[in-house]
Amino acid sequence: MLEFLSQPWPWYTSGIVIALVMLVLLFFGKSFGFSANLRTICAACGAGKTVKFFDFDWRSQTWNLLFLVGAIIGGFIASEFLSTGEAVQISQATIQDLSALGISAPDGMQPEEIFSLESAFSLKGFLILLLGGFAVGFGARYAGGCTSGHAISGISNLQLPSLIAVIGFFIGGLVTTWVLMPLIF
Amino acid sequence: MRGLKFIIAGILFGIVMSKSEAISWFRIQEMFRFQSFHMYGIIGTAVVLGIIITYVIKKYKLRDFQGNPIVFTPKEMSVPRYLLGGTIFGLGWALTGACPGPMFVNIGFQYWSILIAVVGAIAGTYLYGAIKDRLPH
Repeated sequence: MLEFLSQPWPWYTSGIVIALVMLVLLFFGKSFGFSANLRTICAACGAGKTVKFFDFDWRSQTWNLLFLVGAIIGGFIASEFLSTGEAVQISQATIQDLSALGISAPDGMQPEEIFSLESAFSLKGFLILLLGGFAVGFGARYAGGCTSGHAISGISNLQLPSLIAVIGFFIGGLVTTWVLMPLIF
Repeated sequence: MRGLKFIIAGILFGIVMSKSEAISWFRIQEMFRFQSFHMYGIIGTAVVLGIIITYVIKKYKLRDFQGNPIVFTPKEMSVPRYLLGGTIFGLGWALTGACPGPMFVNIGFQYWSILIAVVGAIAGTYLYGAIKDRLPH
């Protein structure tokens, strides 16, 4: 059983469980949206004293912070007990495209060129992660949600605004992938 | 403990995101290069099931575990907000290979360098809050 679970799981397992998580949260009277936690964290750190946007009862969002803690624990369980540490099986075409940028084929879950501590603490690597994360945080709040809030919950509810947000996600992603990355790497 | 159910839901989410490799930078790159069905399969399955779930909840006016009606609040319409915000989000998503959920799952996976992206994401959220009135919505 454990050996079976240690294999990479097919994509539909993820799709099914994500929908299940959304259903469970709705049944608990909540809604699935991960990036709201970033706002809650700002508020919990006292940002409400200087910025009105963070002046709300963040304790009412504790449930979502607990979900976040669970997500971290889930990642830990997966890496410690359910992983054989094998490389991500991405397509040959992607491996070739990335090698042209100087990023070697997968050796684990993440590329060494970005995620190894050595790279992350070089100036370039540090800025990639910091500015990338910054855009994710800024953009998610500006758009009023991230992948979970818009691409999953919003589109499930047939919300046109969510579809527009997802189109935006792809515009930005394609610009980074095809325009910026050849300049950066 | 009333919060335990949310932790368990999060654990399930974290495990499946890891095991399906949705937390991998490589998988996100592959998606934006249209070189594999994998990520589209994940999002597509979740959306199709999500549409069915949402439809059934609305049609049968299902209630949550406390007996309150499950309500879906329609999002306010705006093009600049979703398009500009979404595009900025996408720029970062492709660069770090992580949206907010997977960022935290990666901490559990012990890719410690992702903490830099998390700090960036919190700072980005703060800046949005600080200047939001000056942005087109």
